[in-house]
Amino acid sequence: MAAAESYPGDLLYHPEHDWARLEGDSATLGITWHAQDALGDIVHFEPPVVGTTIAKDESYGEVESVKAVSDLISPLSGEVLEVNEAVVAAPETINVDPYGDGWLIRIRPSTAAEVGELLGAAAYKQLLASL
Amino acid sequence: MQTLRRTPLYERHALLGARFVPFAGWEMPIQYTSIIDEHRAVRSSAGVFDVSHMGELVVQGPDAHDYLQARLSNDLDRIGPGQAQYTLLTNEAGGIVDDLIVYRGGEDSYLLVVNAANVEADLAALPEARDVSGAWALLAVQGPEALPRLEIDIAPFTAREQEVLGVRCHVSGTGYTGERGCELGCAPEDAPRLWDAILSRGIVPCGLGARDTLRLEAGYPLHGQDITPERTPIEAGLAWACALPKDFTGADLLRRQKIQGPPVRLIHIVMIEPGIPRPGMAIDGVGWVTSGTHSPMLECGIGMGYVPSYLATPGIIVTIDVRGRPRAARIVQKPIYKREET
Repeated sequence: MAAAESYPGDLLYHPEHDWARLEGDSATLGITWHAQDALGDIVHFEPPVVGTTIAKDESYGEVESVKAVSDLISPLSGEVLEVNEAVVAAPETINVDPYGDGWLIRIRPSTAAEVGELLGAAAYKQLLASL
Repeated sequence: MQTLRRTPLYERHALLGARFVPFAGWEMPIQYTSIIDEHRAVRSSAGVFDVSHMGELVVQGPDAHDYLQARLSNDLDRIGPGQAQYTLLTNEAGGIVDDLIVYRGGEDSYLLVVNAANVEADLAALPEARDVSGAWALLAVQGPEALPRLEIDIAPFTAREQEVLGVRCHVSGTGYTGERGCELGCAPEDAPRLWDAILSRGIVPCGLGARDTLRLEAGYPLHGQDITPERTPIEAGLAWACALPKDFTGADLLRRQKIQGPPVRLIHIVMIEPGIPRPGMAIDGVGWVTSGTHSPMLECGIGMGYVPSYLATPGIIVTIDVRGRPRAARIVQKPIYKREET
């Protein structure tokens, strides 16, 4: 069952429809409701390798639906601490709960400076309205 | 930019919340709720597809039989009035211009249901054919429950005129899903009423997304992807639809290729490792994927593609280049998925 549309206020958003949740010195990343809805049934998550470094605005992996594949664009630079193996095993979790159980990876951000370039929920919703 | 055409059911689809995609010049529903849910409805009960974008051509008259027999690959003499046949239109090089179903109405009357994208090419190859697509809406009702719920009985590859749920229809025992079912042709103005009546029987509306995943599981090629004017029926594993003793466009070349063996053959694959084959991906560096998707029934990637003939044997494991990642797949017999009959 698909989730209802929402954009939680405690997340930061990247214009490529990815979100970051900052928690202490780590950040959890995922894709937004809009992204999973546009893709449809997600059937594959190609994660990065734990310990590798990913860069802001660049692809760190892929999610694939029945009809299309999409690059995962990282909202922040950092080192990959953890991959959500539950989502690797059951990628449809992203459709069901994109901000909760459907999180994708956890990273240690390499710089605080990038955070200021992300969007708050209101600004992201404005961006969606303009699409 | 050309304006997209809409079927008589466009408003019905929009009301159901369908997502639309451009397909062969038409604005068609790709899904209503979820491709996977719609796919499973067809495998477990019944689904209905608006395929009014398909083309309908008529060839009539005392010369109709000989005219078509000289141009279509299959042997028209194998069907009588009220029967249908899968056949191909080929070019001088033996390439596939289109794949279609020919219906024999009476002794001198034939109906051809063709791919929407190929109507122009078909008319160029069959100048005597009359395009009657505008007078047709077409609904495919597919799945083990399709015929019981419509309360009709139609044998595979037969057709007749019959009233269905109060609408005068051309009913045929055909489809593109690997399931039992029928295709219902009717006047465009009757299509919304027929659609509503079908849905009232608990039949699930399905989009082109599920149509594609279903036909791939069934191992049916899609013209424009798996079969094209550059590939021959021998290469595509469609020699069974070619009556090679007779003469039709390109038959000489096909006879020669059948004896010599084609350089490439169409294969069906099931992924062993994660990943979904997509058109254009390399197979073992020597072949290429032409169609691929996620199989909702097998819950893994499946696809079709061409490889050199020496590699085209079921059981062989090949490597698909999934955007730089080598992923193993097994060559399988078609159909890729077949439901156990209960």
